Amino acid sequence: MIGLIADRLLQAALALLLLSMAVFLLTRATGSPLDLLLGQNATQEDYARLEKELGLDKPLAVQYGIYLVRIVQGDLGRSARSGDSVSALILDRAPASAYLALVATLIAFVGGVPLGVLAAVTRGRIWDTAITAATVVCQAAPSFWLGILLIDLFAVRLNILPAGEFEDWRSIVLPALTLGLFGLGGVVRLVRTSMLEVLDSEFVKLARAKGVAERDVVMRHALRNAMLSVVTYIGIYFSILVTLNAVVEVVFNWPGIGRMMFDAIVFRDFPLAQGMVLFAASVTIVVNLFVDIAYSFLDPRIRRQ
Amino acid sequence: MKALSRLGRVNWASTFAIGVVVLLVSVGLFGQWIAPYDPNAASLSARLRPPVWAAGGSWTYPLGTDPVGRDILSRLIVGTQITLAVSMAALIVGAVVGTALGLIAGYFGGVVDKVIMRLADVAIGFPIILFAVLLAVVSGPRSENIVISVALILWSRFARVVRAEVLSLRERDYVALARVSGASSGQIIRWHLLPNVLNTVVVLASLQIGFTILTEASLSFLGAGIPPPAPAWGAMVAEGRNYVVQAWWVPTMPGLAILIAVLAFNLLGDWLRDTFDPKLRQV
Repeated sequence: MIGLIADRLLQAALALLLLSMAVFLLTRATGSPLDLLLGQNATQEDYARLEKELGLDKPLAVQYGIYLVRIVQGDLGRSARSGDSVSALILDRAPASAYLALVATLIAFVGGVPLGVLAAVTRGRIWDTAITAATVVCQAAPSFWLGILLIDLFAVRLNILPAGEFEDWRSIVLPALTLGLFGLGGVVRLVRTSMLEVLDSEFVKLARAKGVAERDVVMRHALRNAMLSVVTYIGIYFSILVTLNAVVEVVFNWPGIGRMMFDAIVFRDFPLAQGMVLFAASVTIVVNLFVDIAYSFLDPRIRRQ
Repeated sequence: MKALSRLGRVNWASTFAIGVVVLLVSVGLFGQWIAPYDPNAASLSARLRPPVWAAGGSWTYPLGTDPVGRDILSRLIVGTQITLAVSMAALIVGAVVGTALGLIAGYFGGVVDKVIMRLADVAIGFPIILFAVLLAVVSGPRSENIVISVALILWSRFARVVRAEVLSLRERDYVALARVSGASSGQIIRWHLLPNVLNTVVVLASLQIGFTILTEASLSFLGAGIPPPAPAWGAMVAEGRNYVVQAWWVPTMPGLAILIAVLAFNLLGDWLRDTFDPKLRQV
């Protein structure tokens, strides 16, 4: 068990190292990193200062070392457009992104698990067909497009909900719904498939033969086992969430990191993009680490190893 | 349909999927000749024409026109080709690299296997899409960026499944016999293992097409994908975004195209899996 956690920690560290290396090489592989990091309005002094700061006269490995130390200290450089500290910008925007991601995740899981169970226990009947059809469509609809349609319907035509921006609690409804529906589709399909698998297994047949009430069979035996695969899905879900978050934030003008990422692309602001990518990817890696550890606690087959 | 029904259970979902996919592929192949107009020809006198069934619409522009008077139907048709070409390229790169690494990891085992699978573990939970954003900032939006980024995620899915298959295949008698009769590792992988995993690879690939198209569309929407004025579906939604109130059809049509394409490929993938490789259900 401890060995497994140590193994996962090592893996997460390796992933972070690979990530920083890839980003570092990207700054070096595309010509002078100074051009990328300073942007167009830089003066001669800026160049001289940054060259010294980054140690560009030293060997590549040493440069990478300096780069790593700076990241660990929380220094992600300065935005080429505004000159603000990238870490400060990220910390400023992160709460809005986290809020949106959290509400969307709640929608996906709180809505997805019961729907998945309902579909599994009514297999092949009308509820199952309706739920399955709806989730298949949910998963195929591009979030940015769904967001635009929801704004048009609820904010413009019906005028009952605000179209994003950060005002009161109602602002979160449309963006979180847009973001949550994709995850909801995934959760429903996953719960349904694993429930059907468990409901078909020997121990459930035994429980039924013993005369356990159908309700207890579903809730105690099937659902608890099905939840295991839901936990593993969180990791994949989160890496999808990071992408979709960016898209939904752009559509709803949400003041989060994704919106800032879009601006970084538009203005070719490399230090900002680099900092945000390092940040968002690190969060994803850490979330995956926790999911792996949580999974090994939840699954007795792994726990007892 | 008769030949198909011998292959597997044909229902309304698979019929819909096969029909749409055949249509998309033909439009993708022959798009330039079918499109009624030049997809990039602007016409200020024909701005924001509604589609044929809406008030004021006509058959001249069946799906209406965009804010600069380009025919939406023609743009969608030519966009099909772009979307399919980029998605297929990403899929092929990811499938080839992933299959090769999966074969190597499964056949040789040991340290090689450990290193490859560790990398696959890293890749699977890694939001490599962020990397596409970075590539776009460095080199500007290019379709190559999409191919690289999507392939970087996809290879790990193929590598895992192929490796698991090879682990059981390499214990079979015919592999042992081939080895005894002097076949080299390369020959065994090429002639005995690869043909046996191809079936799985094809089914797995079909399951990833929808994901690839959605990712491409999202990146193009963010401006990190296929650069304008090419009529990529995601970029068309982005361009039409601010016109949704006065001209709903401008962003709606390309979005519907994405929805239908992804839906059809997902259903086709599910059907192929259930028919040819039900054990992939767990993936």
